[in-house]
Amino acid sequence: MSETAESPTENQKDESPVVQPPPEDVGSNEEKKKIDVLLKAVGDTPIMKTKKWAVERGRTVQSLALFISRFLKLDPSEQLFIYVNQSFAPSPDQEVGVLFECFGSDGKLVLHYCKSQAWG
Amino acid sequence: MQQAMADDKDVLRDVWFGRIPTCFTLYQDEITEREAEPFYLLLPRVSYLPLVTDKVRKHFQKVMKPDDVGEMWFEYEGTPLKWHYPIGLLFDLYASNTTLPWSIFVHFKNFPQQDLLHCPSNSVIEAHFMSSIKEADALKHKGAVVNEMQKKDHKQLWMGLQNDKFDQFWAMNRKLMEYPTEEGGFRYIPFRIYQVTSNRPFIQKLFRPVASDGCPHTLGDLLKEVFPAAIPQNDGQKKYQVMIHGIEPMLETPIQWLSEHLSYPDNFLHISIIPAPSD
Repeated sequence: MSETAESPTENQKDESPVVQPPPEDVGSNEEKKKIDVLLKAVGDTPIMKTKKWAVERGRTVQSLALFISRFLKLDPSEQLFIYVNQSFAPSPDQEVGVLFECFGSDGKLVLHYCKSQAWG
Repeated sequence: MQQAMADDKDVLRDVWFGRIPTCFTLYQDEITEREAEPFYLLLPRVSYLPLVTDKVRKHFQKVMKPDDVGEMWFEYEGTPLKWHYPIGLLFDLYASNTTLPWSIFVHFKNFPQQDLLHCPSNSVIEAHFMSSIKEADALKHKGAVVNEMQKKDHKQLWMGLQNDKFDQFWAMNRKLMEYPTEEGGFRYIPFRIYQVTSNRPFIQKLFRPVASDGCPHTLGDLLKEVFPAAIPQNDGQKKYQVMIHGIEPMLETPIQWLSEHLSYPDNFLHISIIPAPSD
């Protein structure tokens, strides 16, 4: 059993899958389209039982935050903040694939999520 | 050499004080009690729309019923303008080859939820701005410089931008521009490449200012790696213009120099790639 879960796709119909130029190395294309994201809760924000998710590169931070909020059944009025490197909140329209390329390590991107402003 | 350094400081001033003459017109669907005259402003390139458009709101509110005034947003030729992009970037990307003044429509209803972020207050702009600076410093210095700063230092960067105080901003920002001499530059160059024709918001990758053989990387090297189509082909056909702050820097310009001098206050180089005008 893999501990990696697929994030549902229902709420990203307005985001067309991103077609990237073919990478130099020949890997399975299916693999390349998704990245591993590790989600960690901060403070009193509820934790997710599944921490590691395969997320489409073209998915935005905003859509990921929406997914987490729904998964945790947070009140829609509650804001959810997402942090990279426990330091900055990426812009909501930033793609997670970009964050992975710039700030990922060991083949995954670690994101912290929080119901209140944790850093900065 | 001294002369050269003085000139470089002038570049920082020229970038900071760059202005775009703009004409704001109320969108035709908005309901007014009297005719709404257009409103003219010189917009600072390095700032953000909601920071500098209080006067625009007040001007149009005078002829509208309070109930008809929702969150203000802007549109240029059908494109909603993202407030979290610096003004100069919005102009370079969408309006580079148009005649001035830049003609922007002002809206107070039908907020385009899917295209724009809400901006309820200046503190939202501040949070976005500071996050960008932290992200840039994570690329430049693994975040070491920005994390060593105190809260008041962060405030100084923000207040400098908000109040258009060049000296106040740069007294602090120069710390973010430092690097060990022996390394010849930052760890990575914080840059974003935008295109009008793309569905993706922008391209951002890890890119070092110095090649492994010690040669400085140029703007051309960066484009070769992330957007080769922007390099003019041998047949002399120029398909794209590569714009930063309204100019097309020479492709031979070292990327480290560009990062230090042509970055926006958020410490990113915002590069627009637009189709070359066919004349």
